[in-house]
Amino acid sequence: MELTVIGQDAGPAAEGGCSSSGCGGTSDQLSHLPESIRQKVQDHPCYSEDAHHHFARMHVAVAPACNIQCHYCNRKYDCANESRPGVVSELLTPDQAVKKVMAVAANIPQMTVLGIAGPGDPLANPERTFETFRQLTEKAPDIKLCVSTNGLSLPQQVDELCKHNIDHVTITINCVDPEIGAKIYPWIFWNNRRIKGKKGAKILIDQQQKGLEMLTERGILVKVNSVMIPGVNDEHLEEVSRIVKQKGAFLHNVMPLIAEAEHGTFYGVMGQRGPTHDELQALQDKCAGDMNMMRHCRQCRADAVGMLGEDRGDEFTMDKVENMHIDYEAAMEERAEYQAAALATLEAQRQNSGESFVALSSIGKARRETRPVLMAVATTGGGVINQHFGHAKEFLVYEASATDVRFIGHRKVDLYCEGGDTCGDGESVLQKTIRTLDGCEAVLCSKIGYEPWEQLEQAGIAPNGEHAMEPIEEAVAAVYAEMVSSGLTDQAPHSATVQISA
Amino acid sequence: MAYAIVESCVNCWACEPVCPSNAIADARPHFVIDANKCTECDGDYADPQCASICPIEGAILDPFGVQANPPGSLTGIPPERMAEAMAEMQAR
Ligand code: SF4
Ligand code: SF4
Ligand code: SF4
Repeated sequence: MELTVIGQDAGPAAEGGCSSSGCGGTSDQLSHLPESIRQKVQDHPCYSEDAHHHFARMHVAVAPACNIQCHYCNRKYDCANESRPGVVSELLTPDQAVKKVMAVAANIPQMTVLGIAGPGDPLANPERTFETFRQLTEKAPDIKLCVSTNGLSLPQQVDELCKHNIDHVTITINCVDPEIGAKIYPWIFWNNRRIKGKKGAKILIDQQQKGLEMLTERGILVKVNSVMIPGVNDEHLEEVSRIVKQKGAFLHNVMPLIAEAEHGTFYGVMGQRGPTHDELQALQDKCAGDMNMMRHCRQCRADAVGMLGEDRGDEFTMDKVENMHIDYEAAMEERAEYQAAALATLEAQRQNSGESFVALSSIGKARRETRPVLMAVATTGGGVINQHFGHAKEFLVYEASATDVRFIGHRKVDLYCEGGDTCGDGESVLQKTIRTLDGCEAVLCSKIGYEPWEQLEQAGIAPNGEHAMEPIEEAVAAVYAEMVSSGLTDQAPHSATVQISA
Repeated sequence: MAYAIVESCVNCWACEPVCPSNAIADARPHFVIDANKCTECDGDYADPQCASICPIEGAILDPFGVQANPPGSLTGIPPERMAEAMAEMQAR
Protein backbone atom coordinates (compact mmCIF):
# COMPACT_ATOMS: atom_id res chain seq x y z
CA MET A 1 0.00 0.00 0.00
CA GLU A 2 1.03 3.55 -0.66
CA LEU A 3 1.51 4.42 2.99
CA THR A 4 4.32 1.95 3.38
CA VAL A 5 6.12 3.58 0.49
CA ILE A 6 5.79 6.99 2.08
CA GLY A 7 7.20 5.69 5.29
CA GLN A 8 10.24 4.30 3.53
CA ASP A 9 10.81 7.50 1.61
CA ALA A 10 10.56 9.81 4.57
CA GLY A 11 12.69 7.70 6.82
CA PRO A 12 16.17 8.09 5.36
CA ALA A 13 15.57 11.77 4.53
CA ALA A 14 15.03 12.54 8.19
CA GLU A 15 18.16 10.70 9.16
CA GLY A 16 20.53 12.88 7.19
CA GLY A 17 22.38 15.34 9.38
CA CYS A 18 20.76 17.81 11.71
CA SER A 19 17.31 17.72 10.28
CA SER A 20 15.25 17.47 13.40
CA SER A 21 14.13 20.19 15.73
CA GLY A 22 15.67 18.10 18.45
CA CYS A 23 19.17 18.96 17.35
CA GLY A 24 21.10 19.76 20.49
CA GLY A 25 18.03 19.17 22.63
CA THR A 26 15.49 16.55 23.44
CA SER A 27 12.68 17.95 21.38
CA ASP A 28 12.46 15.24 18.75
CA GLN A 29 12.48 12.06 20.74
CA LEU A 30 12.28 9.97 17.63
CA SER A 31 15.87 10.71 16.74
CA HIS A 32 17.01 8.51 19.62
CA LEU A 33 15.16 5.48 18.39
CA PRO A 34 16.31 2.70 16.12
CA GLU A 35 15.15 3.18 12.57
CA SER A 36 12.68 0.28 12.70
CA ILE A 37 10.84 1.79 15.66
CA ARG A 38 11.10 5.32 14.33
CA GLN A 39 9.33 4.27 11.17
CA LYS A 40 6.56 2.70 13.13
CA VAL A 41 5.89 5.80 15.17
CA GLN A 42 6.63 8.66 12.83
CA ASP A 43 3.00 9.29 11.95
CA HIS A 44 1.54 8.14 15.23
CA PRO A 45 -0.01 11.13 16.99
CA CYS A 46 0.42 9.74 20.48
CA TYR A 47 4.08 8.86 20.11
CA SER A 48 5.58 11.34 17.75
CA GLU A 49 5.78 14.87 19.01
CA ASP A 50 5.77 16.40 15.54
CA ALA A 51 3.20 14.05 14.14
CA HIS A 52 0.57 14.91 16.67
CA HIS A 53 0.14 18.25 14.95
CA HIS A 54 -0.78 16.51 11.70
CA PHE A 55 -2.27 13.14 12.51
CA ALA A 56 -5.11 12.20 14.75
CA ARG A 57 -6.21 9.27 16.79
CA MET A 58 -9.53 8.23 18.13
CA HIS A 59 -10.63 5.96 20.91
CA VAL A 60 -13.78 3.94 21.15
CA ALA A 61 -15.34 2.73 24.36
CA VAL A 62 -16.18 -0.93 23.83
CA ALA A 63 -14.60 -2.52 26.89
CA PRO A 64 -16.34 -1.36 30.05
CA ALA A 65 -15.40 -3.96 32.65
CA CYS A 66 -12.28 -3.69 34.81
CA ASN A 67 -10.48 -6.26 36.91
CA ILE A 68 -8.60 -4.04 39.36
CA GLN A 69 -9.18 -0.90 41.38
CA CYS A 70 -6.92 2.13 41.23
CA HIS A 71 -7.12 4.68 44.02
CA TYR A 72 -7.45 7.51 41.49
CA CYS A 73 -10.39 5.96 39.70
CA ASN A 74 -14.11 6.19 40.25
CA ARG A 75 -15.67 3.47 38.20
CA LYS A 76 -18.75 5.47 37.52
CA TYR A 77 -16.54 7.05 34.89
CA ASP A 78 -13.98 6.04 32.27
CA CYS A 79 -10.66 4.44 33.06
CA ALA A 80 -8.65 7.21 34.69
CA ASN A 81 -5.43 5.66 33.42
CA GLU A 82 -6.22 6.74 29.90
CA SER A 83 -8.69 9.58 30.11
CA ARG A 84 -9.56 12.54 32.22
CA PRO A 85 -11.26 11.64 35.46
CA GLY A 86 -14.97 12.19 35.58
CA VAL A 87 -15.65 11.49 31.92
CA VAL A 88 -18.30 9.06 30.76
CA SER A 89 -18.04 7.75 27.22
CA GLU A 90 -20.76 6.43 25.01
CA LEU A 91 -20.48 2.66 25.34
CA LEU A 92 -20.51 0.94 21.94
CA THR A 93 -20.87 -2.63 20.79
CA PRO A 94 -18.04 -3.86 18.58
CA ASP A 95 -20.27 -3.47 15.50
CA GLN A 96 -21.16 0.10 16.39
CA ALA A 97 -17.54 0.90 17.14
CA VAL A 98 -16.44 -0.36 13.74
CA LYS A 99 -19.08 1.73 12.04
CA LYS A 100 -18.07 4.82 13.95
CA VAL A 101 -14.37 4.35 13.29
CA MET A 102 -14.93 3.99 9.57
CA ALA A 103 -17.18 7.05 9.49
CA VAL A 104 -14.56 9.12 11.27
CA ALA A 105 -11.72 7.80 9.12
CA ALA A 106 -13.64 8.64 5.96
CA ASN A 107 -14.28 12.20 7.14
CA ILE A 108 -11.03 12.95 8.93
CA PRO A 109 -8.17 11.74 6.75
CA GLN A 110 -5.72 12.62 9.53
CA MET A 111 -7.12 9.78 11.61
CA THR A 112 -4.42 7.13 11.55
CA VAL A 113 -4.77 5.38 14.89
CA LEU A 114 -7.60 3.69 16.69
CA GLY A 115 -7.21 2.91 20.36
CA ILE A 116 -9.26 0.94 22.80
CA ALA A 117 -8.56 2.27 26.23
CA GLY A 118 -11.63 1.95 28.31
CA PRO A 119 -13.73 2.79 30.24
CA GLY A 120 -12.46 -0.31 31.96
CA ASP A 121 -9.64 -2.55 30.84
CA PRO A 122 -9.69 -3.71 27.20
CA LEU A 123 -8.05 -6.99 28.12
CA ALA A 124 -10.56 -7.69 30.85
CA ASN A 125 -13.10 -7.63 27.99
CA PRO A 126 -11.17 -9.64 25.43
CA GLU A 127 -14.12 -10.69 23.26
CA ARG A 128 -15.38 -7.16 22.74
CA THR A 129 -11.93 -5.72 22.19
CA PHE A 130 -10.74 -8.38 19.79
CA GLU A 131 -13.99 -8.48 17.83
CA THR A 132 -13.53 -4.76 17.15
CA PHE A 133 -9.92 -5.25 16.07
CA ARG A 134 -10.78 -8.26 13.91
CA GLN A 135 -13.37 -6.36 11.91
CA LEU A 136 -11.22 -3.28 11.51
CA THR A 137 -8.17 -5.17 10.32
CA GLU A 138 -10.37 -6.58 7.61
CA LYS A 139 -12.44 -3.55 6.64
CA ALA A 140 -10.05 -0.65 7.25
CA PRO A 141 -6.54 -1.98 6.86
CA ASP A 142 -5.04 1.52 6.75
CA ILE A 143 -5.85 2.20 10.39
CA LYS A 144 -3.33 1.32 13.06
CA LEU A 145 -4.63 -0.36 16.17
CA CYS A 146 -3.49 0.15 19.70
CA VAL A 147 -4.65 -0.87 23.11
CA SER A 148 -4.08 0.36 26.66
CA THR A 149 -4.18 -1.88 29.65
CA ASN A 150 -3.54 -2.07 33.37
CA GLY A 151 -1.53 -5.19 32.55
CA LEU A 152 -3.22 -7.75 34.77
CA SER A 153 -4.50 -9.95 31.93
CA LEU A 154 -1.75 -9.03 29.52
CA PRO A 155 0.38 -12.23 29.64
CA GLN A 156 -2.73 -14.32 29.00
CA GLN A 157 -3.73 -12.16 26.03
CA VAL A 158 -0.40 -11.56 24.32
CA ASP A 159 -0.81 -14.34 21.78
CA GLU A 160 -4.31 -13.24 20.87
CA LEU A 161 -3.03 -9.67 20.55
CA CYS A 162 -0.30 -10.78 18.16
CA LYS A 163 -2.86 -12.48 15.96
CA HIS A 164 -4.55 -9.17 15.34
CA ASN A 165 -1.29 -7.63 14.41
CA ILE A 166 -1.54 -4.84 16.94
CA ASP A 167 1.76 -3.09 17.10
CA HIS A 168 1.24 -0.54 19.89
CA VAL A 169 0.39 -1.38 23.47
CA THR A 170 0.28 1.00 26.42
CA ILE A 171 0.67 -0.42 29.91
CA THR A 172 0.00 1.73 32.95
CA ILE A 173 2.74 0.89 35.41
CA ASN A 174 2.78 3.00 38.55
CA CYS A 175 5.27 0.99 40.58
CA VAL A 176 7.45 -2.09 40.71
CA ASP A 177 7.35 -2.39 44.51
CA PRO A 178 4.33 -4.14 46.10
CA GLU A 179 4.63 -1.96 49.24
CA ILE A 180 4.00 1.09 47.09
CA GLY A 181 1.53 -0.83 44.95
CA ALA A 182 -0.66 -1.49 47.96
CA LYS A 183 -1.01 2.28 48.38
CA ILE A 184 -2.21 2.66 44.80
CA TYR A 185 -4.23 -0.51 44.13
CA PRO A 186 -6.53 -1.60 46.97
CA TRP A 187 -7.50 -4.87 45.26
CA ILE A 188 -7.42 -6.93 42.11
CA PHE A 189 -9.69 -9.68 40.79
CA TRP A 190 -7.47 -12.65 40.07
CA ASN A 191 -8.14 -16.36 39.61
CA ASN A 192 -11.78 -15.86 40.58
CA ARG A 193 -11.03 -14.12 43.85
CA ARG A 194 -10.70 -10.59 45.10
CA ILE A 195 -7.17 -10.17 46.39
CA LYS A 196 -6.42 -7.14 48.51
CA GLY A 197 -3.37 -5.20 49.64
CA LYS A 198 0.26 -6.08 49.00
CA LYS A 199 -0.52 -9.56 47.77
CA GLY A 200 -2.79 -8.25 45.03
CA ALA A 201 -0.35 -5.48 44.12
CA LYS A 202 2.46 -8.01 43.78
CA ILE A 203 0.48 -10.15 41.35
CA LEU A 204 -0.44 -7.08 39.31
CA ILE A 205 3.17 -5.88 39.18
CA ASP A 206 4.43 -9.34 38.17
CA GLN A 207 1.86 -9.58 35.40
CA GLN A 208 2.65 -6.09 34.11
CA GLN A 209 6.37 -6.83 33.95
CA LYS A 210 5.82 -10.22 32.38
CA GLY A 211 3.46 -8.73 29.81
CA LEU A 212 5.97 -6.01 28.98
CA GLU A 213 8.70 -8.57 28.40
CA MET A 214 6.48 -10.82 26.30
CA LEU A 215 5.43 -7.94 24.06
CA THR A 216 8.90 -6.58 23.44
CA GLU A 217 10.17 -10.12 22.75
CA ARG A 218 7.56 -10.29 20.02
CA GLY A 219 8.59 -6.96 18.55
CA ILE A 220 5.51 -5.06 19.63
CA LEU A 221 5.99 -1.42 20.61
CA VAL A 222 5.25 -0.79 24.25
CA LYS A 223 4.64 2.57 25.85
CA VAL A 224 4.49 2.81 29.61
CA ASN A 225 2.24 5.33 31.37
CA SER A 226 2.73 6.23 35.00
CA VAL A 227 0.61 8.41 37.22
CA MET A 228 2.74 10.63 39.45
CA ILE A 229 1.36 10.58 43.00
CA PRO A 230 3.36 12.90 45.29
CA GLY A 231 4.51 11.15 48.45
CA VAL A 232 3.46 7.76 47.11
CA ASN A 233 5.41 6.91 43.96
CA ASP A 234 7.05 10.17 42.88
CA GLU A 235 10.57 9.16 43.86
CA HIS A 236 9.99 5.56 42.89
CA LEU A 237 9.11 6.42 39.29
CA GLU A 238 12.73 7.03 38.37
CA GLU A 239 13.38 3.38 39.12
CA VAL A 240 10.26 2.37 37.21
CA SER A 241 11.55 4.35 34.25
CA ARG A 242 14.89 2.58 34.39
CA ILE A 243 13.38 -0.88 34.64
CA VAL A 244 10.79 -0.53 31.91
CA LYS A 245 13.39 0.88 29.56
CA GLN A 246 15.67 -2.03 30.32
CA LYS A 247 12.84 -4.34 29.36
CA GLY A 248 12.36 -2.61 26.04
CA ALA A 249 9.58 -0.05 26.50
CA PHE A 250 10.22 2.71 23.99
CA LEU A 251 8.45 5.56 25.75
CA HIS A 252 7.69 6.39 29.34
CA ASN A 253 4.97 8.93 29.89
CA VAL A 254 4.57 10.42 33.38
CA MET A 255 1.13 11.92 33.91
CA PRO A 256 0.03 14.00 36.87
CA LEU A 257 -2.45 12.61 39.37
CA ILE A 258 -5.70 14.51 39.11
CA ALA A 259 -7.61 14.15 42.36
CA GLU A 260 -10.68 16.11 43.42
CA ALA A 261 -13.06 15.20 46.22
CA GLU A 262 -15.85 15.62 43.65
CA HIS A 263 -14.59 12.61 41.72
CA GLY A 264 -15.28 10.43 44.74
CA THR A 265 -11.98 8.61 44.37
CA PHE A 266 -9.87 7.42 47.30
CA TYR A 267 -7.21 10.02 46.60
CA GLY A 268 -9.77 12.72 45.97
CA VAL A 269 -11.68 12.12 49.17
CA MET A 270 -8.57 11.55 51.30
CA GLY A 271 -7.10 14.85 50.14
CA GLN A 272 -4.11 13.42 48.27
CA ARG A 273 -2.72 16.24 46.16
CA GLY A 274 -1.52 16.05 42.58
CA PRO A 275 1.93 17.27 41.52
CA THR A 276 2.58 20.91 40.66
CA HIS A 277 3.69 21.80 37.12
CA ASP A 278 7.24 22.16 38.42
CA GLU A 279 7.28 18.81 40.23
CA LEU A 280 5.94 17.05 37.17
CA GLN A 281 8.44 18.73 34.91
CA ALA A 282 11.32 17.96 37.25
CA LEU A 283 10.39 14.27 37.36
CA GLN A 284 9.94 14.16 33.59
CA ASP A 285 13.38 15.73 33.22
CA LYS A 286 14.96 13.18 35.57
CA CYS A 287 13.34 10.30 33.75
CA ALA A 288 14.29 11.79 30.39
CA GLY A 289 17.92 11.18 31.24
CA ASP A 290 16.96 7.56 31.44
CA MET A 291 14.69 7.19 28.50
CA ASN A 292 12.54 8.82 25.89
CA MET A 293 9.76 10.63 27.61
CA MET A 294 6.55 11.65 26.02
CA ARG A 295 5.70 15.18 26.97
CA HIS A 296 2.77 15.88 24.74
CA CYS A 297 0.33 13.43 26.29
CA ARG A 298 -2.94 15.14 27.07
CA GLN A 299 -4.63 12.36 28.99
CA CYS A 300 -7.21 12.30 26.30
CA ARG A 301 -10.75 11.13 26.74
CA ALA A 302 -11.40 7.48 26.14
CA ASP A 303 -13.67 8.27 23.19
CA ALA A 304 -11.85 11.32 21.97
CA VAL A 305 -12.00 11.96 18.25
CA GLY A 306 -9.81 14.24 16.22
CA MET A 307 -6.47 15.86 16.67
CA LEU A 308 -5.01 15.45 20.10
CA GLY A 309 -6.57 18.00 22.36
CA GLU A 310 -9.32 18.81 19.91
CA ASP A 311 -12.38 16.72 20.41
CA ARG A 312 -14.77 16.37 17.50
CA GLY A 313 -16.73 13.57 19.11
CA ASP A 314 -20.01 15.48 18.86
CA GLU A 315 -19.94 15.18 15.07
CA PHE A 316 -19.82 11.42 15.29
CA THR A 317 -22.33 10.33 17.86
CA MET A 318 -23.88 6.95 17.13
CA ASP A 319 -27.18 8.34 15.86
CA LYS A 320 -25.34 10.52 13.35
CA VAL A 321 -23.01 7.70 12.32
CA GLU A 322 -25.89 5.30 11.69
CA ASN A 323 -27.12 7.64 8.95
CA MET A 324 -23.81 8.19 7.19
CA HIS A 325 -23.05 6.38 3.97
CA ILE A 326 -19.41 5.55 3.72
CA ASP A 327 -17.52 4.53 0.60
CA TYR A 328 -14.44 3.30 2.34
CA GLU A 329 -12.54 2.38 -0.81
CA ALA A 330 -12.73 5.98 -2.03
CA ALA A 331 -12.04 7.29 1.45
CA MET A 332 -8.94 5.18 1.69
CA GLU A 333 -7.49 6.82 -1.42
CA GLU A 334 -8.19 10.28 -0.10
CA ARG A 335 -6.66 9.33 3.21
CA ALA A 336 -3.50 8.09 1.56
CA GLU A 337 -3.19 11.36 -0.36
CA TYR A 338 -3.69 13.51 2.70
CA GLN A 339 -1.28 11.47 4.73
CA ALA A 340 1.40 11.65 2.06
CA ALA A 341 1.06 15.43 1.93
CA ALA A 342 1.15 15.72 5.71
CA LEU A 343 4.26 13.60 5.97
CA ALA A 344 5.91 15.82 3.40
CA THR A 345 4.97 18.96 5.39
CA LEU A 346 6.22 17.32 8.53
CA GLU A 347 9.51 16.51 6.91
CA ALA A 348 9.83 20.05 5.55
CA GLN A 349 9.12 21.49 9.00
CA ARG A 350 11.70 19.20 10.52
CA GLN A 351 14.26 20.43 8.00
CA ASN A 352 13.35 24.10 8.40
CA SER A 353 13.24 24.27 12.14
CA GLY A 354 16.83 23.10 12.14
CA GLU A 355 17.73 26.40 10.52
CA SER A 356 16.05 28.64 13.04
CA PHE A 357 18.33 27.24 15.71
CA VAL A 358 21.41 28.24 13.84
CA ALA A 359 20.15 31.81 13.87
CA LEU A 360 19.17 31.52 17.49
CA SER A 361 22.49 30.22 18.72
CA SER A 362 24.31 33.01 16.96
CA ILE A 363 22.35 35.49 19.06
CA GLY A 364 23.29 33.51 22.10
CA LYS A 365 26.96 33.82 21.31
CA ALA A 366 26.79 37.55 20.73
CA ARG A 367 25.61 38.04 24.29
CA ARG A 368 26.48 36.62 27.64
CA GLU A 369 24.75 33.58 29.04
CA THR A 370 21.04 33.93 28.47
CA ARG A 371 18.66 32.05 30.67
CA PRO A 372 15.93 29.79 29.29
CA VAL A 373 12.35 31.08 29.12
CA LEU A 374 9.05 29.21 29.22
CA MET A 375 6.38 30.24 26.73
CA ALA A 376 2.81 29.08 26.27
CA VAL A 377 1.26 28.55 22.84
CA ALA A 378 -2.39 28.39 21.79
CA THR A 379 -2.94 26.05 18.86
CA THR A 380 -5.57 23.73 17.46
CA GLY A 381 -2.99 21.62 15.65
CA GLY A 382 -1.03 21.66 12.44
CA GLY A 383 2.10 22.81 14.24
CA VAL A 384 1.22 26.47 13.89
CA ILE A 385 -0.05 29.21 16.21
CA ASN A 386 -3.67 29.42 15.21
CA GLN A 387 -5.90 29.73 18.25
CA HIS A 388 -7.53 32.70 19.93
CA PHE A 389 -6.37 33.05 23.53
CA GLY A 390 -9.93 32.98 24.77
CA HIS A 391 -10.74 29.76 22.92
CA ALA A 392 -7.76 27.81 24.18
CA LYS A 393 -8.69 24.93 26.42
CA GLU A 394 -5.09 24.05 26.83
CA PHE A 395 -1.68 25.52 26.14
CA LEU A 396 1.47 23.92 24.85
CA VAL A 397 4.48 24.98 26.88
CA TYR A 398 7.87 25.38 25.23
CA GLU A 399 11.21 26.19 26.71
CA ALA A 400 13.40 28.47 24.63
CA SER A 401 17.08 28.75 25.35
CA ALA A 402 20.14 29.93 23.49
CA THR A 403 20.56 26.50 21.96
CA ASP A 404 17.11 25.22 21.20
CA VAL A 405 13.36 25.30 21.59
CA ARG A 406 11.95 22.25 23.22
CA PHE A 407 8.47 21.11 23.98
CA ILE A 408 7.88 20.79 27.72
CA GLY A 409 4.29 19.77 28.12
CA HIS A 410 0.64 20.74 28.24
CA ARG A 411 -1.33 22.82 30.61
CA LYS A 412 -5.03 22.36 30.56
CA VAL A 413 -7.39 25.15 31.44
CA ASP A 414 -9.96 24.00 33.95
CA LEU A 415 -12.63 22.39 31.85
CA TYR A 416 -15.19 22.14 34.57
CA CYS A 417 -15.98 25.79 34.06
CA GLU A 418 -17.09 26.81 30.60
CA GLY A 419 -17.04 30.49 31.46
CA GLY A 420 -19.57 33.23 30.70
CA ASP A 421 -23.06 31.81 30.55
CA THR A 422 -22.57 28.67 32.55
CA CYS A 423 -20.75 29.94 35.59
CA GLY A 424 -21.77 33.59 35.37
CA ASP A 425 -18.31 34.74 36.33
CA GLY A 426 -16.16 35.03 33.25
CA GLU A 427 -13.44 36.84 35.12
CA SER A 428 -12.61 33.88 37.29
CA VAL A 429 -12.14 31.75 34.19
CA LEU A 430 -9.55 34.22 33.00
CA GLN A 431 -7.86 34.13 36.38
CA LYS A 432 -7.79 30.37 36.28
CA THR A 433 -6.31 30.46 32.80
CA ILE A 434 -3.64 32.85 33.95
CA ARG A 435 -2.85 30.67 36.92
CA THR A 436 -2.48 27.76 34.50
CA LEU A 437 0.27 29.72 32.79
CA ASP A 438 2.27 30.04 36.00
CA GLY A 439 5.98 30.20 35.20
CA CYS A 440 5.54 31.18 31.55
CA GLU A 441 6.84 34.58 30.48
CA ALA A 442 4.98 34.89 27.21
CA VAL A 443 1.88 33.48 25.61
CA LEU A 444 1.65 33.17 21.83
CA CYS A 445 -1.77 33.04 20.23
CA SER A 446 -3.50 34.12 17.02
CA LYS A 447 -5.52 36.85 18.74
CA ILE A 448 -6.27 38.05 22.21
CA GLY A 449 -8.86 40.35 23.78
CA TYR A 450 -8.09 43.61 25.58
CA GLU A 451 -8.98 42.46 29.08
CA PRO A 452 -6.94 39.27 29.07
CA TRP A 453 -4.09 41.25 27.56
CA GLU A 454 -4.03 43.62 30.52
CA GLN A 455 -4.35 40.91 33.11
CA LEU A 456 -1.64 38.81 31.52
CA GLU A 457 0.71 41.77 31.55
CA GLN A 458 -0.10 42.40 35.20
CA ALA A 459 0.76 38.79 35.92
CA GLY A 460 4.09 39.25 34.17
CA ILE A 461 3.22 37.18 31.11
CA ALA A 462 3.74 38.94 27.79
CA PRO A 463 0.81 38.38 25.43
CA ASN A 464 1.87 38.03 21.80
CA GLY A 465 -0.42 37.83 18.77
CA GLU A 466 2.20 38.75 16.19
CA HIS A 467 3.03 35.25 15.05
CA ALA A 468 -0.38 33.98 14.00
CA MET A 469 -0.22 31.06 11.56
CA GLU A 470 3.55 30.72 11.95
CA PRO A 471 5.17 27.41 12.84
CA ILE A 472 5.32 27.15 16.63
CA GLU A 473 8.99 26.52 17.15
CA GLU A 474 10.06 29.28 14.80
CA ALA A 475 7.74 31.75 16.49
CA VAL A 476 8.96 30.79 19.94
CA ALA A 477 12.54 31.15 18.74
CA ALA A 478 11.73 34.59 17.28
CA VAL A 479 10.09 35.81 20.49
CA TYR A 480 13.02 34.51 22.47
CA ALA A 481 15.40 36.32 20.16
CA GLU A 482 13.47 39.56 20.81
CA MET A 483 13.65 38.97 24.55
CA VAL A 484 17.37 38.39 24.31
CA SER A 485 18.04 41.53 22.31
CA SER A 486 15.90 43.65 24.63
CA GLY A 487 17.95 42.34 27.56
CA LEU A 488 15.01 40.61 29.22
CA THR A 489 16.83 37.34 29.59
CA ASP A 490 19.64 38.97 31.56
CA GLN A 491 17.22 39.69 34.35
CA ALA A 492 16.06 37.06 36.76
CA PRO A 493 12.61 35.73 35.96
CA HIS A 494 9.84 37.71 37.58
CA SER A 495 7.71 35.96 40.10
CA ALA A 496 4.81 34.74 38.04
CA THR A 497 2.71 33.86 41.03
CA VAL A 498 1.49 37.43 41.29
CA GLN A 499 -1.96 37.69 42.75
CA ILE A 500 -4.36 38.54 39.99
CA SER A 501 -6.82 41.26 40.89
CA ALA A 502 -10.25 39.78 41.39
CA MET B 1 -31.34 -18.15 47.56
CA ALA B 2 -29.62 -15.59 45.43
CA TYR B 3 -27.44 -12.54 45.35
CA ALA B 4 -29.02 -9.25 44.29
CA ILE B 5 -27.88 -6.01 42.67
CA VAL B 6 -29.34 -2.82 44.10
CA GLU B 7 -29.53 0.83 43.08
CA SER B 8 -25.98 1.88 43.96
CA CYS B 9 -24.78 -0.20 40.98
CA VAL B 10 -23.05 2.05 38.41
CA ASN B 11 -23.54 -0.30 35.45
CA CYS B 12 -19.85 -0.89 35.02
CA TRP B 13 -20.30 -4.33 33.42
CA ALA B 14 -17.64 -6.04 35.52
CA CYS B 15 -19.93 -8.67 37.02
CA GLU B 16 -21.79 -9.71 33.88
CA PRO B 17 -19.05 -11.70 32.09
CA VAL B 18 -17.77 -13.44 35.24
CA CYS B 19 -21.06 -15.00 36.37
CA PRO B 20 -20.88 -18.77 35.75
CA SER B 21 -24.67 -19.05 35.67
CA ASN B 22 -25.42 -16.29 33.16
CA ALA B 23 -27.67 -14.83 35.80
CA ILE B 24 -26.72 -11.19 35.32
CA ALA B 25 -28.36 -8.91 32.77
CA ASP B 26 -27.54 -5.44 31.52
CA ALA B 27 -30.62 -3.52 32.60
CA ARG B 28 -31.54 0.06 33.58
CA PRO B 29 -31.56 1.84 35.95
CA HIS B 30 -29.07 -0.81 37.00
CA PHE B 31 -27.91 -4.35 36.26
CA VAL B 32 -30.01 -7.17 37.70
CA ILE B 33 -29.46 -10.72 38.90
CA ASP B 34 -32.09 -13.26 37.94
CA ALA B 35 -32.82 -14.91 41.29
CA ASN B 36 -33.92 -18.09 39.54
CA LYS B 37 -30.62 -18.46 37.77
CA CYS B 38 -28.19 -17.39 40.51
CA THR B 39 -26.51 -20.39 42.10
CA GLU B 40 -24.42 -18.31 44.51
CA CYS B 41 -21.60 -19.75 42.40
CA ASP B 42 -22.00 -22.94 44.39
CA GLY B 43 -20.08 -25.77 42.72
CA ASP B 44 -18.21 -23.37 40.45
CA TYR B 45 -16.21 -21.09 42.70
CA ALA B 46 -15.46 -20.64 46.36
CA ASP B 47 -16.47 -16.97 46.23
CA PRO B 48 -19.50 -15.40 44.57
CA GLN B 49 -17.94 -13.96 41.40
CA CYS B 50 -20.13 -10.89 41.04
CA ALA B 51 -19.45 -9.77 44.60
CA SER B 52 -15.73 -10.45 44.16
CA ILE B 53 -15.26 -8.16 41.18
CA CYS B 54 -17.86 -5.46 41.83
CA PRO B 55 -16.04 -2.18 42.58
CA ILE B 56 -18.99 -0.46 44.23
CA GLU B 57 -19.59 -0.83 47.94
CA GLY B 58 -23.16 -1.77 48.74
CA ALA B 59 -24.16 -2.56 45.15
CA ILE B 60 -24.54 -6.29 45.76
CA LEU B 61 -26.50 -7.94 48.58
CA ASP B 62 -25.90 -11.48 49.73
CA PRO B 63 -28.79 -13.94 50.10
CA PHE B 64 -29.46 -12.55 53.59
CA GLY B 65 -29.83 -9.04 52.29
CA VAL B 66 -26.49 -8.00 53.78
CA GLN B 67 -24.10 -5.88 51.73
CA ALA B 68 -21.47 -8.18 50.32
CA ASN B 69 -19.03 -5.24 50.24
CA PRO B 70 -19.85 -2.82 53.07
CA PRO B 71 -18.75 0.86 53.09
CA GLY B 72 -14.97 1.26 53.26
CA SER B 73 -14.26 -2.37 52.38
CA LEU B 74 -13.28 -1.74 48.74
CA THR B 75 -12.14 1.84 48.41
CA GLY B 76 -10.40 1.95 51.77
CA ILE B 77 -12.07 5.29 52.42
CA PRO B 78 -13.25 5.26 56.06
CA PRO B 79 -17.01 5.89 56.04
CA GLU B 80 -16.56 8.85 58.44
CA ARG B 81 -14.13 10.50 56.03
CA MET B 82 -16.54 9.94 53.16
CA ALA B 83 -19.34 11.57 55.15
CA GLU B 84 -17.06 14.51 56.01
CA ALA B 85 -16.04 14.98 52.39
CA MET B 86 -19.67 14.91 51.29
CA ALA B 87 -20.56 17.53 53.90
CA GLU B 88 -17.66 19.75 52.79
CA MET B 89 -18.80 19.58 49.20
CA GLN B 90 -22.39 20.39 50.12
CA ALA B 91 -21.25 23.42 52.10
CA ARG B 92 -19.37 24.83 49.10
S1 SF4 C 1 -7.47 0.27 35.36
FE1 SF4 C 1 -8.62 2.06 34.65
S2 SF4 C 1 -10.80 1.51 34.94
FE2 SF4 C 1 -9.59 0.02 36.09
S3 SF4 C 1 -9.56 0.91 38.15
FE3 SF4 C 1 -7.68 1.58 37.14
S4 SF4 C 1 -8.19 3.57 36.28
FE4 SF4 C 1 -10.14 2.55 36.77
S1 SF4 D 1 -23.44 -15.15 42.95
FE1 SF4 D 1 -22.48 -16.21 41.23
S2 SF4 D 1 -24.17 -17.13 40.17
FE2 SF4 D 1 -25.07 -15.60 41.48
S3 SF4 D 1 -25.19 -13.79 40.18
FE3 SF4 D 1 -23.28 -13.66 41.32
S4 SF4 D 1 -21.80 -14.53 39.90
FE4 SF4 D 1 -23.81 -15.18 39.18
S1 SF4 E 1 -20.01 -4.98 39.05
FE1 SF4 E 1 -21.26 -3.96 40.58
S2 SF4 E 1 -21.44 -1.85 39.87
FE2 SF4 E 1 -20.67 -3.06 38.16
S3 SF4 E 1 -22.50 -3.59 37.01
FE3 SF4 E 1 -22.12 -5.28 38.42
S4 SF4 E 1 -23.28 -4.76 40.25
FE4 SF4 E 1 -23.18 -2.93 39.03
